[in-house]
Amino acid sequence: MSEVGTEVKILVIDEQEVSAHAGQTILEVARENDIHIPTLCYLEGLSNVGACRLCLVEIKGSSKLTPACVTTVQEGMEVSTNSERLTRHRRTILELLFAERNHICSVCVANGHCELQSLGQELGLTHVRLPYRNPDLPVDASHERFTADHNRCILCTRCVRVCAEIEGAHVWDVMGRGVNCTIITDLHEEWGKSTCTRCGKCVQVCPTGALFDKSKIGSEHPKYPDFLPFLNMMREAQ
Amino acid sequence: MTIEELDQIAASARSEREKFEHEINVCHGTGCLSQHSDRVKESIAQALQALGKNAYVRRTGCMGLCAAGPLVLVDPEGSLYQHVNPSHAEKIAASLDDKPVEELQCNLREHFDQQVHIVLENSGRIDPERVEDYIASDGYRALLMALNDMTPQGVVRQITESGLRGRGGGGYPTGLKWGTVAKAKGDVKYVICNGDEGDPGAFMDRSVLESDPHRVLEGMAIAAYAVGASKGYIYVRAEYPLAVSRLTSCLRDARRHGLLGNNIGNTHFNFDVEIRLGAGAFVCGEETALIASIEGRRGTPRPRPPYPASSGLWGKPTLINNVETFANIAPIIRKGSRWFAGIGSARSKGTKVFALTGKITNTGLVEVPMGIKLREIIEVIGGGVPGGHKFKAVQTGGPSGGCLPESMLDIGVSYDALQSVGSIMGSGGMIVMDDTSCMVNVARFFMEFCMTESCGKCVPCRAGTAQMHTLLTRICTGAGTMDDLALIEDLCSTVKETSLCGLGQTAPNPVLSTLKYFRNEYIEHIVEKRCRAGVCNMEAAAEVLA
Repeated sequence: MSEVGTEVKILVIDEQEVSAHAGQTILEVARENDIHIPTLCYLEGLSNVGACRLCLVEIKGSSKLTPACVTTVQEGMEVSTNSERLTRHRRTILELLFAERNHICSVCVANGHCELQSLGQELGLTHVRLPYRNPDLPVDASHERFTADHNRCILCTRCVRVCAEIEGAHVWDVMGRGVNCTIITDLHEEWGKSTCTRCGKCVQVCPTGALFDKSKIGSEHPKYPDFLPFLNMMREAQ
Repeated sequence: MTIEELDQIAASARSEREKFEHEINVCHGTGCLSQHSDRVKESIAQALQALGKNAYVRRTGCMGLCAAGPLVLVDPEGSLYQHVNPSHAEKIAASLDDKPVEELQCNLREHFDQQVHIVLENSGRIDPERVEDYIASDGYRALLMALNDMTPQGVVRQITESGLRGRGGGGYPTGLKWGTVAKAKGDVKYVICNGDEGDPGAFMDRSVLESDPHRVLEGMAIAAYAVGASKGYIYVRAEYPLAVSRLTSCLRDARRHGLLGNNIGNTHFNFDVEIRLGAGAFVCGEETALIASIEGRRGTPRPRPPYPASSGLWGKPTLINNVETFANIAPIIRKGSRWFAGIGSARSKGTKVFALTGKITNTGLVEVPMGIKLREIIEVIGGGVPGGHKFKAVQTGGPSGGCLPESMLDIGVSYDALQSVGSIMGSGGMIVMDDTSCMVNVARFFMEFCMTESCGKCVPCRAGTAQMHTLLTRICTGAGTMDDLALIEDLCSTVKETSLCGLGQTAPNPVLSTLKYFRNEYIEHIVEKRCRAGVCNMEAAAEVLA
């Protein structure tokens, strides 16, 4: 979370002049002004990791692309959140995600409520050019209430962060390297035998059908990841 | 410890040495040790005793010509012997005061004459674990000079004026980095030495740490004085056990002599160094991942800014430089920035150590002035491609670098020149390939390396390298199509432009450079189902075509 200072900065996002507090990120300011930047790993209320690379934007004067979620605003900055180049990269990144594991929307519990699916629709992704990797991945249904389906995981680490930062349990973490990364509970024990507090926050913040509630399926299974800012606010008020 | 005391130690070390008429230096680098140079040293000592000869036998660090090891250098005659084994000990001992042993002599004038040794000036000359040896060759003099006669700002200015650029690969101006950390606010600052050398075929840092560890410690201490730090870390790969054990003993010696610890050189300057071992992750050579690893967390990079110079180890301002960069510091302070800036090319000063490997006659470590032509390094110093084969390409910069063809050999080696032709200086790995190497297969090898070494944090690097590897494998097995090639180029662009850290951003370089200079080989694999080097097995695919 960025520290919000008192100083006010004026910048331009997509040719629209906007004001911001010093210390705010480009993404925060864009959202305040209803300028949409696609994200997957970002979630308001959690720390920012800059891992999904979907929120990359162009800043005038720099040939490099900049992640909006971790870049703080500067006076007079001119940001462009949409261009042919950005769209091309965003679509390729989505293709990479769809081809990486087994994302089969029609038989997924998150069908219709999936952030990956929605982004695919938004960017008009009609097909994937890349070869599907079809990895052989397990489903951990050992927990009495929840299931972890690694086939649907996009390694955004929202579950890892919410468990460590908000719940304070740090049950989830990442194991392995590269494409072999997996989220694990404790020291790679079954979820059901782990030190999980059964709070269910990880399930709510999971953008796909990787973590889901056992008692619900399909259309009954919308997630509510937006509770974190409110929770943080209530905690601070106490 | 004062300069006078340092002089005393140096003088007594020298007079100790003068008692002997000859010095026999036996290389104890990893390469020579693996061929039992320790036994060679033992047998030579025994032979000398038996013959009653008056000679000092010393274990030294790397002498550079690893392909000819174990190496033995006899001084003051200057005879260098190659491929020495214990059975040669008597001959060598008997040859003192007589003619050198001809059948063992290594006559490679051109290999050594073209080199300029700054970083490696003591390598193969001193016993790395004897601090007296290092002090006798002006060691720790620069540190005491800096502490007694220079302000921290003065040290930074001298480094800036020398034009030294980071030797880890990026080539960031060292003086600028030091100045930034020096100006950063904070009562606690850190100095980190990055010894997580992981490029395939690179062993410069290992050799420096094994051959002259005190030089790196001295460089770190000077840096700490310049930026206002009192604690340093050396991050070394656990795969370098010899470097770690020599560093450990050198740290102990330096502390014992008051060259590390509190009140160094009777001033108020305190500095100590701790060793941290890497657990085998290539990505931990990236500075933010390395810092996370030192902190005990998972070694993954984080987005910059904030740069380590303002928020690094435990959130404190941190200076992080490569082993070779630190090894350059003491000579610059001792001999002045003008001397250093006089060596090298316009925008790349000083020398660079390269690890010459692959299809080359003189495999080993070389140090050359910046600006030297690649052709000179390969054909003169390296002795060219052996076995009557034809040179095809040279790969610089490891998995982040590129492959350059014969037509590019006349460029001078500098950060900017190498970048402009699609490769990078990198940390100094230089792999020579001849006509038995398939460039598509080489690109696939480096992509496999990046795929397995990707930390998995950001999507383009994690999934992109894996996809490119799959597609390159298709081409190597004859199953590739022109669409696959287009897809690879598309992925290269996305991975390069969108990855989080340097590993991902540079991972496509081997593919891009081979596509630039050896595109015809890709086309041959795809269209004709033919691999001109005979490396890729495409029989099945070729049959279908027929």
